Amino acid sequence: MEQVPLAHLLILSSALFFLGVYGFFTRRNMITMLMSVELILNSVNINFIAFNKYLFPNQLEGIFFTLFIIAVAAAEVSLAIAIIINLFRKFNTVDVEEVDTMKF
Amino acid sequence: MTLDNIILLIPLLPLLSFLLLGLAGKHISVRFSGVIGSVLLGAALVLSLVTAYDYFFSIGKQGSEFVPYLTAQLNWLPFNTDLSINLGLVLDPISVMMLLVVTFVSTMVHIYSLGYMKGEERFTTYYSYLGLFTFSMLGLVLSTNIFQMYIFWELVGVSSYLLIGFYFSRPSAVAAAKKAFIVTRFADLGFLIGILMLGHGAHSFDFFTLIERLSTPGSSYLATMTGASFLGMSTLTWALILVFIGGAGKSAMFPLHIWLPDAMEGPTPVSALIHAATMVVAGVYLVARLFPIFAVGAPDALTVVGYVGAFTALFAATIACTQTDIKKVLAYSTISQIGFMLFALGVAGWGPGKTEGFTAGLFHLFTHASFKALLFLGAGAIIHAVHSNEMKDMGGLRKSMPITHITFLLAALAISGIPPFAGFFSKEAIFSAAEQSNPLIYWVGLIAGTLTAFYIFRLYFMIFWHKTPDAHAHNHEKGEWAMMIPMMLLAVGAVFGGFIPFGDFVSATGKPLELPIELSHIILPVGLGVLSIVAAAVLYRKESDVPQRIVNTLGGFYRAAYRKFYVDEIYLFITKKIVFNLMGRPAAWFDRNVVDGTVQKTGSLTIALSNAIKRVQSGKLQAYTMYFFGGVLLMVVLLLYKFA
Repeated sequence: MEQVPLAHLLILSSALFFLGVYGFFTRRNMITMLMSVELILNSVNINFIAFNKYLFPNQLEGIFFTLFIIAVAAAEVSLAIAIIINLFRKFNTVDVEEVDTMKF
Repeated sequence: MTLDNIILLIPLLPLLSFLLLGLAGKHISVRFSGVIGSVLLGAALVLSLVTAYDYFFSIGKQGSEFVPYLTAQLNWLPFNTDLSINLGLVLDPISVMMLLVVTFVSTMVHIYSLGYMKGEERFTTYYSYLGLFTFSMLGLVLSTNIFQMYIFWELVGVSSYLLIGFYFSRPSAVAAAKKAFIVTRFADLGFLIGILMLGHGAHSFDFFTLIERLSTPGSSYLATMTGASFLGMSTLTWALILVFIGGAGKSAMFPLHIWLPDAMEGPTPVSALIHAATMVVAGVYLVARLFPIFAVGAPDALTVVGYVGAFTALFAATIACTQTDIKKVLAYSTISQIGFMLFALGVAGWGPGKTEGFTAGLFHLFTHASFKALLFLGAGAIIHAVHSNEMKDMGGLRKSMPITHITFLLAALAISGIPPFAGFFSKEAIFSAAEQSNPLIYWVGLIAGTLTAFYIFRLYFMIFWHKTPDAHAHNHEKGEWAMMIPMMLLAVGAVFGGFIPFGDFVSATGKPLELPIELSHIILPVGLGVLSIVAAAVLYRKESDVPQRIVNTLGGFYRAAYRKFYVDEIYLFITKKIVFNLMGRPAAWFDRNVVDGTVQKTGSLTIALSNAIKRVQSGKLQAYTMYFFGGVLLMVVLLLYKFA
């Protein structure tokens, strides 16, 4: 069976990464921004898996790293959601533009 | 209790009084605090009497000579194997003599103050200050080391400052305290430099090592210090003159005397203790301590001491004749009498038959302490009754204040040198020493002595005669026994103090010295003294216009003396016009423009910079991430470019 070439996977992860960055910069809703961060993380995961499979098929480091990232991302999301809920309670909005009191 | 412990206890008892009353004064009732101070001082007096007896009659004597007895030695600051600053206590004839004077006068003043300061606010504080002063003064006289003496020297300066400024709500008292402190501090700078020069030259700060190294002919230290010279005087002469400047500051010698008359702003008992009997003779004591070095190593410095003393004696006596405030008269009298002591030391020399002046000067210190303290305490009693310092508010007090009158008269006779009172013996010894070695100083001293009798009896007649006694005078002697008993005890000293064979105990070499009293020498000074007493009686016994006419005849000279020969004005001119303008103003300009300018410019530059860049911190989260992302991209580009 013919394999998918590595370059395809890298293109996919790059696309995913820039989608995430684009979303993070352009969306004003903090929840959506959080989702964009998840996209970025997932693009990284794809990279890890792909390199592990194509370059070092006898090893498992990339896969383990991916598992770690998934766990950490889950924890990070719960934290971020908590922060966002608190901000919502204080400012009554989830628009990131409104939350700008920490300045000069 | 061994003698060593007794000696150590003498300065510690007043220290205890200071600490007790100073720290726990709030918890001690006012009536009690004075008694505590007086009892502690009385104990110190008893211990000093024991010490003096032990020293003079057993431990101090080796053959026919008195030798120093050292105790409580402590190696304090070792700089290297050669040079260290030690602490310790020393007994030798002069320190034991000073020990007696200080504890005796201080005890008298403590008791007297029970009456004089009664009802004062800060009564307890007053007693704690007295304790501090007595401690420092005892430490000063017992020091074995010139550096240790310097420490106590400054401590007496501080306690003098505190006591002059005791009535700190009066601006004049504050100014006087400040003046006393600054003038003596200024003089102490000379003292310190002198100490360092002596220490550098002799590799020691210890008095007895210094004396041994710098007064033994042929010693290498002496040769080094007299070999190098600057402006025609040897290093040793310079060092001793600088040390003497310190002594002259404390002893109020011309031209550093200006602080003492102002110091009369303090309570009168303080003037009796500090500014008449003890602290102001510290300069005399200092010269006497280093006397062998002065006499052998640098006779020139001793000559300077002699001339300064003689000039001051005459100068201050002249001013004393014109003052109208009784405490000012007594202050100038003190300055003049210390001048006598110093010129007596100044005319002395080293070798057989030449050291009489040394004993004479210290003898005068000893007798002067009792009669001058008595005069001050008498003045205090008068001021207490009349509520004024001015002579014109007094007059005719002999009926209403009999005890004060009699004791004051005895002290006045003693200071005038009328036999057989204490001052006669010491003054005769001084005149005899001066006549032998320096005729000029002798004649100056004789004139000053004549003036002494005149001004003190002018004071006496103005206070106690002059006006007819007021029948219903309100200013009767308040029956304060606390005040009268010290005056009577001091009067005993003023009358009989001269009969002590002083030369047997105190002399430059430690061997007994006979102070000759010859009739041919006595006639002139005593005759002049009696004459001026008669003159004062004629002029001031009754109210008349003769003194005023004499004043008018003297004209400018009288006005100059009344204005204290404008010395204060000269000082003000020098400080305000010259020092402030030439040094103060440029320094202030430099401070305001250069120092402050640098600091302020740094601050304003920082503010401007941060104002310019503060917009970066906008609080917008996405802006921050954009910067971050830009930075990352930049790094990526750089890395790619580098590795490409």
